[in-house]
Amino acid sequence: MNMILHRFLAAFGQYLILMGKVFSLPERWRMFLKQYVKEMSQLGVDSIGIVLLISFFIGAVICIQIKLNIQSPWMPAFTTGYTTREIMLLEFSSSIMCLILSGKVGSNIASEIGTMRVTQQIDALEIMGINSASFLILPKILGLLTMIPFLVIFSIAFGFIGAYATAIMGVITVDDLTLGLLHDFNQWYVWMSIIKSLFFAFIIASVSSFYGYTVEGGSFDVGKASTNAVVRSSMLILFADIFLTQLLS
Amino acid sequence: MIELRNLYKSFEDKEVLHDINAVFEEGKTNLIIGQSGSGKTVLMKNIVGLLTPTRGQVLYDGRDFVQMNKREQVLIRREMGMIFQSAALFDSMSVLENVMFPLDMFSDQNQADRERRARFCLERVNLKGAENKLPGEISGGMQKRVAIARAIALNPKYLFCDEPNSGLDPKTSLVIDDLIHDITTEYRMTTIINTHDMNSVMGIGENIVYIYQGQKEWQGNKDQIMTSTNERLNSFIFASDLFRKVKEANGNA
Ligand SMILES: Nc1ncnc2c1ncn2[C@@H]1O[C@H](COP(=O)(O)OP(=O)(O)O)[C@@H](O)[C@H]1O
Ligand SMILES: [Mg+2]
Repeated sequence: MNMILHRFLAAFGQYLILMGKVFSLPERWRMFLKQYVKEMSQLGVDSIGIVLLISFFIGAVICIQIKLNIQSPWMPAFTTGYTTREIMLLEFSSSIMCLILSGKVGSNIASEIGTMRVTQQIDALEIMGINSASFLILPKILGLLTMIPFLVIFSIAFGFIGAYATAIMGVITVDDLTLGLLHDFNQWYVWMSIIKSLFFAFIIASVSSFYGYTVEGGSFDVGKASTNAVVRSSMLILFADIFLTQLLS
Repeated sequence: MIELRNLYKSFEDKEVLHDINAVFEEGKTNLIIGQSGSGKTVLMKNIVGLLTPTRGQVLYDGRDFVQMNKREQVLIRREMGMIFQSAALFDSMSVLENVMFPLDMFSDQNQADRERRARFCLERVNLKGAENKLPGEISGGMQKRVAIARAIALNPKYLFCDEPNSGLDPKTSLVIDDLIHDITTEYRMTTIINTHDMNSVMGIGENIVYIYQGQKEWQGNKDQIMTSTNERLNSFIFASDLFRKVKEANGNA
């Protein structure tokens, strides 16, 4: 137990030191903007597809499950739509979506930076007198933070579209669903989703960068770092979710 | 000129470098030779500041790099070029973008001038027509040449090469050696090369430092190596039949 705590504290200290290096002003704004745009595209735009796909099906499945297994004649007609909306808004489109993204984006970041480390590309940056941590990691963090609110909104929207798709299958009527989706709507829940996702995005980008940046060894170690990045950032997202939900509700 | 004074480096309780004193001259190809594991890479990393010596001085034209603050170190770094064992090209960028990268970061020239400079450097290393290829699409020898072009883009005063010939065939190795040597004399750079390639030693060994188990065992040039009586040096250099015969033939002449 003592060992684990010791290792955790050592890693956390290293993480804080790295973040200290990351948050410094870019040496060349032109190069920073180039990297920033590239990361928005690589981390954000390239994730839109998977977010839309999963949100659509989860929206549909939640709607079907509730309609078939929970809705009963003595419940109001809006129950199914209302519940679907609350699940998407409160948890799926922020926490669960970010858990999924931590797998895709986290492993991408850790393996890219880790490979740069073991092939000495990071040394090459340092030799030129470049702050490699800031040059590589800052655009990733800011790029993902910029894109995540859009992903959240897309996820919510496609969850609803998925729910409407079940109406075509005859699971629920469009009227009942619309009634439910609009019932007692609280705008704050959308903001809460976005605020939570910003914290999660920071966790994904910074923790995965940390595991990539501190790789030692070869390709085997890059693989391990990439797994670590996904596991640790997922765990942190889950912990953070509990605190944020209590704080924001 | 780069000078090392009483340089020590330990990792935890393991001493890798012990009391290294050496001078690396300007306009010359200075070689650090020694067996695998003797400490060449660690020594070079201490010189360029990727590692910090446990003790001792690293003087760049009289200025101690170890004692400098971050800002001064960054300024010296702008005058360094380095070629890594694995070439270390940025694999998401094209050949031309790789060579332009240091210029993009640090030069105040406009885009056209930066590109002209990058193309000039690529021509200098005899590499034309590969500008738009990715590093993964060109051969190892070409990658090394791109690495050289990138290293000289900002006209460095100091050039470092860690085993520039590793993974290359003997003929390509000679081309790379000659290129590094020509560039060194042409721009009067202080060049330090880590190698265990005897062809390089005999070809461009103008000032050779022999490291044995983390200590400097011998220093001289390629002519002195032929007549040296240092046993450790001889057993290292003349481990191969070919070079033993060359030495014997020399002795008889
Ligand atoms: N970061 C490190 N931690 C501990 N030992 C190291 C480290 N880097 C290198 N060494 C040790 O230093 C010695 C010299 O290594 P190196 O300089 O890479 O040799 P070479 O002459 O082949 O370049 C080796 O025994 C190596 O195990
Ligand atoms: Mg080495």
